Amino acid sequence: MPEELYEIEANIPANPIEEYLRMDRMPHIWCPGCGIGTTVNCFVRALQTSGLDLDKVAVVSGIGCTGRVAGYMNLDSFHTTHGRAIPFATGLKLANPELKVVVYSGDGDLTAIGGNHFIHAARRNMDITVILINNMIYGMTGGQVAPTTPVGATASTTPHGNFEETFNLPFLAESCGAVYVARWTAHHVRHLTKSIKEALAKKGFSFIEILAPCPTLYSRRNKLGDGLDQMEFYRDHSQIKNGADTKSVAIDFQGDIVVGKFVDKERPTYLEAMNNHYQKKYGDRYVPSEEMRKVFHA
Amino acid sequence: MAEVAEQTKKAAKGSVVISAERCKGCGFCVEFCPPEVLELASEYNSKGYHTPILVKRELCTGCDICGMVCPDFAIYGYIMKKKSKEA
Repeated sequence: MPEELYEIEANIPANPIEEYLRMDRMPHIWCPGCGIGTTVNCFVRALQTSGLDLDKVAVVSGIGCTGRVAGYMNLDSFHTTHGRAIPFATGLKLANPELKVVVYSGDGDLTAIGGNHFIHAARRNMDITVILINNMIYGMTGGQVAPTTPVGATASTTPHGNFEETFNLPFLAESCGAVYVARWTAHHVRHLTKSIKEALAKKGFSFIEILAPCPTLYSRRNKLGDGLDQMEFYRDHSQIKNGADTKSVAIDFQGDIVVGKFVDKERPTYLEAMNNHYQKKYGDRYVPSEEMRKVFHA
Repeated sequence: MAEVAEQTKKAAKGSVVISAERCKGCGFCVEFCPPEVLELASEYNSKGYHTPILVKRELCTGCDICGMVCPDFAIYGYIMKKKSKEA
């Protein structure tokens, strides 16, 4: 190997993720083989290429393993109470419509404890991006059964197998009115990065479900191996079907996973609908909140 | 001149940087590296995890898939710029 083709030490770029993370909090609490860090990598790379002003991006999380993301991101972020990430994000967006608000939380937080907030934010088409990490279990509290646990899977509260019907989250989001719905796994890093970038650019309620391995509780209790085995399962059993009918993408225990971008449509957001309605009703007497802000901050 | 071009074709296009102390030894980077240039070392880091090492240096393309799948932000790939002849 010719020596001159190797790069001199000074030219090696720094880790691109470090300026986006609070490195004083590393190492993070996630277990070896957990997929949440992988999704954070993809999120940061999507942010890098999106061209967004980082001073105008806010990350909101709830409680849980994924809820730690808000604390690790070197952006304006807030770690809310359990399940209340979406209502906090709604308030943030309405009070300051210039912000790009990203809700980054887990399946239990967003669809069980905060399930009602989720469906109403989608119904109103609130202009936020929701990234949901689905590890199919309550990871932080000891592996209890979640609304996303597949039928037949074992959890600490269902030692003989789960018998409750499982949420089909893309279908739930679409039927409630989300304008962008996609599902990926922690294995599909390139697709996921592109999808997060699209969701950040989308106006309205954009929703991405990401399946991630939970080696410590879900995989161990169900005898599915470690995080790497789960990632290999995602590689071997995922089918990319963009535009698939969300009714057909439910998840079975160790069955095939349909991934892809399912919904990408246009609908007026909450703020647009409100401004249109009141402008029709009151004409020039109505001042939209964006205009009011300019007056107050002038 | 032709000889130099031949050597350039074989030389690595990229490389990886590994922060061994941050690694938890999950093996994602080793498994999902497209040209399969990484391997888990037989040595341990201070936490007792086997960390990846670059074994097939000349095949690395700097695609950064390892950096994207790494859940611990401990590895990243980059594309090397060719060093000019004078330097």
